[in-house]
Amino acid sequence: MTAGGIRSIGNANPGADAAAGAGMAVTASGAADNAASPGPAKRGPARSHILSVLVENKSGVLARVASLFSRRGFNIYSLAVAPTDNERFSRITVVVDLESAPLEQIMMQLDKLVNVVSIAELAPSDAVQRELLLATLKVDPAVRSQLVELVDIFEGKIVDVGSASLTVMLAGEPEKLDSFENLVKDHGIVDIQRTGRVALQKL
Amino acid sequence: MKLTGAQALIRSLEMEGVEVIFGLPGGAILPVYDPIVESPIRHVLVRHEQGAGHAAEGYAHVTGRPGVAMVTSGPGVTNIVTALADAYMDSIPIVVISGQVATPSIGTDAFQEADTTGITMGVTKHNWLVTDAGEIPRAVAAAFHVATTGRPGPVLVDIPKDVSNASMEWYWPTSEADLDLPGYHPAIEGDPEAVEAAAALIEQAQRPVLYVGGGVLKARGMEELRRLVDLTGIPVTTTLMARSAFPSSHPLNMGMPGMHGTYTAVTAMQKSDLLIALGTRFDDRVTGKVPAFAPDALVIHIDIDPAELGKIRRPDIAIRGDCRVVTMEVREALERRNGGAGDAGGERAHRAGRGDGAAKSRNGGGGSGLPDLSPWIRTIETWRQEHPLHYEPQAPGERLKPQMVIETLAALTPDDTILVTGVGQHQMWASQFWQFEEPHTFVTSGGLGTMGFAVPAAIGAKVGKPGSMVWAVDGDGCFQMTAQELVTANAEGIPVKIAIINNSYLGMVRQWQELFYEERYSEVYLSPDLPDYVKWAEAMGCVGIRVTEPEEVAPAIEKANAIDDRAVVIDFRTDSFEKVYPMVPAGASNDDIMEMPTTSTRDAGRSSERKAS
Ligand SMILES: Cc1ncc(C[n+]2csc(CCOP(=O)(O)OP(=O)(O)O)c2C)c(N)n1
Ligand SMILES: [Mg+2]
Repeated sequence: MTAGGIRSIGNANPGADAAAGAGMAVTASGAADNAASPGPAKRGPARSHILSVLVENKSGVLARVASLFSRRGFNIYSLAVAPTDNERFSRITVVVDLESAPLEQIMMQLDKLVNVVSIAELAPSDAVQRELLLATLKVDPAVRSQLVELVDIFEGKIVDVGSASLTVMLAGEPEKLDSFENLVKDHGIVDIQRTGRVALQKL
Repeated sequence: MKLTGAQALIRSLEMEGVEVIFGLPGGAILPVYDPIVESPIRHVLVRHEQGAGHAAEGYAHVTGRPGVAMVTSGPGVTNIVTALADAYMDSIPIVVISGQVATPSIGTDAFQEADTTGITMGVTKHNWLVTDAGEIPRAVAAAFHVATTGRPGPVLVDIPKDVSNASMEWYWPTSEADLDLPGYHPAIEGDPEAVEAAAALIEQAQRPVLYVGGGVLKARGMEELRRLVDLTGIPVTTTLMARSAFPSSHPLNMGMPGMHGTYTAVTAMQKSDLLIALGTRFDDRVTGKVPAFAPDALVIHIDIDPAELGKIRRPDIAIRGDCRVVTMEVREALERRNGGAGDAGGERAHRAGRGDGAAKSRNGGGGSGLPDLSPWIRTIETWRQEHPLHYEPQAPGERLKPQMVIETLAALTPDDTILVTGVGQHQMWASQFWQFEEPHTFVTSGGLGTMGFAVPAAIGAKVGKPGSMVWAVDGDGCFQMTAQELVTANAEGIPVKIAIINNSYLGMVRQWQELFYEERYSEVYLSPDLPDYVKWAEAMGCVGIRVTEPEEVAPAIEKANAIDDRAVVIDFRTDSFEKVYPMVPAGASNDDIMEMPTTSTRDAGRSSERKAS
C-alpha cells in the first residue's frame, strides 16, 4: 500500500491489507498531512487523518463506531454521517487524531465491526474535502457593509437577517472556514456550527 | 409453514445443531421457553445466569462448538455480562439468546428493561436486536456464523417478547449471502509472500522460540504445530490459553511464559533472536514491560485477527490467517526451500530432543538450509536443569502444599482429564504443575481473570465431553462466588469434581500484599472453615471430603474418581503462606524474574505473617 495515497480495507481485499499491515508506515502519510495544513488557525490535532467508512445503514451502527473509539482510547476530531445513494449503506467521514493511536490500529479495529463494510484512508493531499459552516454574527451598523463584503470574498451567503445580527452560510475547505472564523471573531460570534468535514478521493 | 417467532428461534437452534442450552427463564423470554418442551435440545437449568454463560464457555472450550445460553431481559442479561466479557477476552464462541421487553415498550423503562445491545456492545463480537419475527432464522444463523468464524467470540441475540409471539413464515438461510453480513469477511490463508519471508527468517535464526497462544487450540492447529516443531526443532512455550496445545512431556516444551512462567520459557524469550508468535496477542502478563520484552528478537506474528498484528509489538513479518493453515503453509515453504517434503522430519525432531539434540547436529542429512539449533537447545537445557519449577516439601506442623495436591491429582487422573480452574494462585499452580498431554483439556479464565469461572465452566465441559473426567481446581474465594451451580450439576446429573485449594485467603492478592505492600494484609483473610465446605457440598447433593494430612491426599482423589453419580467436592486444607514462583512483578522487565527465595528468607516471612494474621 502506498503512503500518502488512498488505501482501503473491507471486502475488496482483506487478506492483502493485513499482510501489509505489518511493517506499514503511518508516518509518511501523517507527514503529508502536516505539510498540507495551513498555519495558526488550524483546528484539531497536528497529526490527523481522514477515514471514509462505509457502514450498514442500521440502527445502532453509529453507537458501535463511537463506542469503539472511546473504548480503545482513539480520539475523534470530527465525524459526519449520512446515507449514501444506496439506502443500505451510510458513509461516516471521520477525522482521527493520530496522536492517540496509530492509524493502522484504528483502521483494523474499525474493520472488525461487523457493520463496517469498508474503510478508505484519504490522505489530505489526495482528497477533496469540504465542510459547511453556519454562523450568527453580531452586526454593528457601522461595520455592516464591511462584514457583508467579507462574506462575499469568502463566497458565503447571508441566509438570515435580523436587526442587529446576520446568519451566514459558508461551504468550503476546512482551512478556509478556519480563516473566515478567525476574521469574524472580532465582530462577535453569537452562535456558530460547523458540520465536520466530508471527503472523497480525488479523481 | 407458519411458526411463532419463539418456535422459529428454537427451530433455528436445532438447525444449527445445538444439543444443549444453559439458561434460566423469566418474563420476556417466556414464549421461547414454551417450544423447548418439545425440542430435542437439552436445557440445563442453572441457578444464576453467570453460571449459564460460563457453562456455555466450558462447553465451547472442550468441544470447539459454540456454547448456547438463554436468559431473560434486564437482570437476566446483566447477570451474564461477566461471562460475555470473559468469552470476549478469551475468544470463546458462545451464543446468548436474551428476552427483551415488547418493542412498543422499548425505551419506556418498562419492567425488566435494560439496554441490552448497548450494555453488551463492548463485550460481544456482535449483537442483534431482532424487531421482526421473520428475521429470526437469519439472525440466529448470522450469530452462529460470526461467533465461530474468524477470531471466535461471544455474540448475543436480543428478542423482544412481541417478536417471539408474532407469526412468521419459516425458512432457513442456505448460503452465506443470505446472512446479510456485507462487512464480515474473515481471511483464512496467509499471504504467500509473507509466508515465504517467514520461512527465510526461520532459516536464519540461531535462537528461535515458538510463542504459542490460544489461537492454535481454536484453529485446531496442534498437529500442524507438532509437525513444524518436528521439522525445525524449535523450542515451544505455550501461554495460559494454550496449555494443552503441545504435550508437556515433549522435550522441546519449555512450559508457560510470562508473569508466573517457567524461568526457562521467560529467559528463552528474552534471549531469543526470533519469536514466532502463533495465535497470541502479546498480553501484558506475558511481555512484562513491553520495551524490555525479547529485545533482540525479530518477530513473526501469525493471527487471524489483523488488529492484533502490531497492536503491542510491531512484527517484522505479519501474517493474517488461520493458525492451522498458516503453520502448515510455513512448514511447507520450509520443506520446499530445503529439499522437499518428508525429509526425515520425525528423525530430526528426535535428534533435536533433549539429550540427543544436544549431542548431534540437526541437519546431519545434508542439503538443508535449516540452522543447527543444538547450541541453543543446550543452553535451554542448562536453564531447565538449573531453574526447575519447585517447591519446598511440607514440613511437620505445616498444612498441605498446594503444588503437591495438584501434582498428585495430575498423577492419579487419566491423560484426557479436563482440568478447569478458577483465578488466583491455584490457577497458576495448576497451569505449572499439571501434565498436559491431550489438547483441549485445560479450561481457564485468562484475559478477564474471572473468579467464579471454575464450577460452572466445569459443568459445561462435562456436558460437552461426558466421557471425560472433569476436575476443577478452585480457590476457596472463587468457589464461594458460583458454588451454587453444584446444585445444577446434581439436579441435572453432571458429575464434576472440585478440588478446593483452601488456603483460607484471597491468596493471590495476599501474595501481592506480602511482596509489594510490606505485608500489610488488607481484606484478604477468608477463614478455612467458614463456610464449612463439606457441609455445604453435602447440602448441594455432592459428596464432600476434607483432607488435612498429606497421606490422605491420594486416597481422597481415588475415592472421588470412583464416584460417578454425583458431584464431589474435596476441601484440601493448604498452606496459606505458599506463594507462586517464579514471578515477574507487574510492569517489570522479564529480565527481573524472581525465583523462589531460599528456605531461610521464606521462614522469616512466615513468622512475621503469623503475627499479622
Ligand atoms: C470477580 C473477581 N473479583 C476479584 C478478582 C481479583 N482477584 C484475583 S485473584 C483473587 C484471589 C482469589 O482467591 P482464591 O479463589 O481463594 O484463590 P487463591 O489465590 O487463594 O488460590 C482476587 C480477589 C478477580 N480476579 N475476579
Ligand atoms: Mg484462596
